[in-house]
Amino acid sequence: MRKNQVLEKAIHGIFLLLGLITVGCVLLITIYLVISGIPAIREIGLWDFLLGKQWASTAAEPKYGILPFILTSIYGTAGAIAIGVPIGFMTAVYLSKLAPTKVKSAMQNAVSLLAGIPSVVYGLVGMLVLVPGIRKVFNVPDGASLLAAIIVLAIMILPSIIKMSITALDAVPKEYEDASLALGATPIETYFKVSVPAAKSGIATAVVLGVGRAIGEAMAVMMVAGNVPNMPDSLFQSVRFLTTAVSSEMAYSSGLQQQALFSIALVLFLFIMLINATLNFFLKREKE
Amino acid sequence: MLKQSLSKKRKRFEWIMKGMMWLSAGITAALVIFLVAYVLLRGIPHISWQLLSTKPSYLTESIGILPDILNTVYIVIVTLLIVLPLGVGAAIYLTEYASNQKVVSVIEYAAETLSGIPSIIYGLVGMLLFSNNMGTCLMAGALTLVIMNLPTIMRTAQESLKTVPRSYREGAFGLGAGKWRVIRTVVLPGCVDGVITGCILSVGRILGESAALLFTAGFAHALNGVIDALAAPGATLTVALYFYAKEQGEFGVAFAIAAILMILTILINFAAAFAQKHFAKRRKI
Repeated sequence: MRKNQVLEKAIHGIFLLLGLITVGCVLLITIYLVISGIPAIREIGLWDFLLGKQWASTAAEPKYGILPFILTSIYGTAGAIAIGVPIGFMTAVYLSKLAPTKVKSAMQNAVSLLAGIPSVVYGLVGMLVLVPGIRKVFNVPDGASLLAAIIVLAIMILPSIIKMSITALDAVPKEYEDASLALGATPIETYFKVSVPAAKSGIATAVVLGVGRAIGEAMAVMMVAGNVPNMPDSLFQSVRFLTTAVSSEMAYSSGLQQQALFSIALVLFLFIMLINATLNFFLKREKE
Repeated sequence: MLKQSLSKKRKRFEWIMKGMMWLSAGITAALVIFLVAYVLLRGIPHISWQLLSTKPSYLTESIGILPDILNTVYIVIVTLLIVLPLGVGAAIYLTEYASNQKVVSVIEYAAETLSGIPSIIYGLVGMLLFSNNMGTCLMAGALTLVIMNLPTIMRTAQESLKTVPRSYREGAFGLGAGKWRVIRTVVLPGCVDGVITGCILSVGRILGESAALLFTAGFAHALNGVIDALAAPGATLTVALYFYAKEQGEFGVAFAIAAILMILTILINFAAAFAQKHFAKRRKI
């Protein structure tokens, strides 16, 4: 009997440890990023680092300003949201409310497929279709630009926006819609003036999820954005994002340059944590 | 009759909204069809037996992706072998043991945070944690992927554990079984379907992952056996695609890999949809 109890206790302990692994991982990632990100910020100076307009890490007199990356990430994400959200949202309303069942399930499969395509494949297609396309249509010397990155990101966030919005719209109680229809509203009016407002926090969650995906994407953007550390003054400029700033120099960096890359990762991580907190806020409200 | 009585303004609203919905859904559908067709049409002609069965050679100036295929297979297997016990164990703790609601919510919050962290950050931390200690190798990449996929496995296992009826557990307890015995014989068999679904999702994620592997697993194309491969740097298919396209301008090979990845993605999607349908049906019975 005694032996059994000890065994049970030990197993309980093992499972507790397994349960706490996720917490451990989060702590480990946070601690590692903070520890390796702080030294460079200290050496460069917080404001020079965050607000410096010039990044020249390999110059004789190196400059480590990451404002171009921060702004590019913000503009790129905002652009992707501006294109992706309306298309994704409208598609979701159509699929949730109007589409015949067969069309709905076929399209949902297609959207899952879109979500599953590896980001390097998006990058490859972007490199060979989008970049030359932009060069021709807008008559610019190089199509690898902020605009190309925005379009690729907009496509990549579509699946999360469509899926989350459909879930939210499907969950709207049918009574709401019936009441609206009975009062003489047309089906379309009902969807947009009753169903959508009722699902608004779910849709907000979808948008925040899209922001998180867009700001964290690295490989696809690396292949289409040109990767030059310019300030993002125009849509046709070759730019570098926070994510691509880390990945493009990591392979050959050392010393302060490498530490500065870790600091960039820390800034990116803080952005993501902010977005996660927002997401959790919406999810909690959704549950209530 | 009703339609005709609508005011001009309301009619316009109808048409605009309808038009926008059709347009958006059309764009989405066209995008998927274009992407799949374009990648397959450009990639499949470049797939040859020689490409699939050899390694790159400077002597014959030929490119083969066999090492990349094998690396991908190794990394998928090793990652799943490690992440499964961890993820399922965590799920068991949450559903069977945890009595403190605060602990549960902390663990769930952590899992949510993990699934929101972008892969480039995993790559960086994986480099600091694993590659700096054991060298750039497939094993370091696999361990990084373990952390990335932990939330997925945990969540799917947790969902299916919740569907095991409470009465099964109570019955087993009533017959005098200890907690561990109940978990082993009653609860675990009940979560097999969730674990399978989780595995399919994870395989999809591992296949598509590149940013997290770039600095942890590296990008060599050597042909190795399993044990040697795990200790040596190696590129998976996605990383190989990136290098052939971006660094070497070998677009034929890049598209061949892209086509393979696309076919695998389609297969995995079918498998996931099939598994979900199959298990949902079984649950109803």
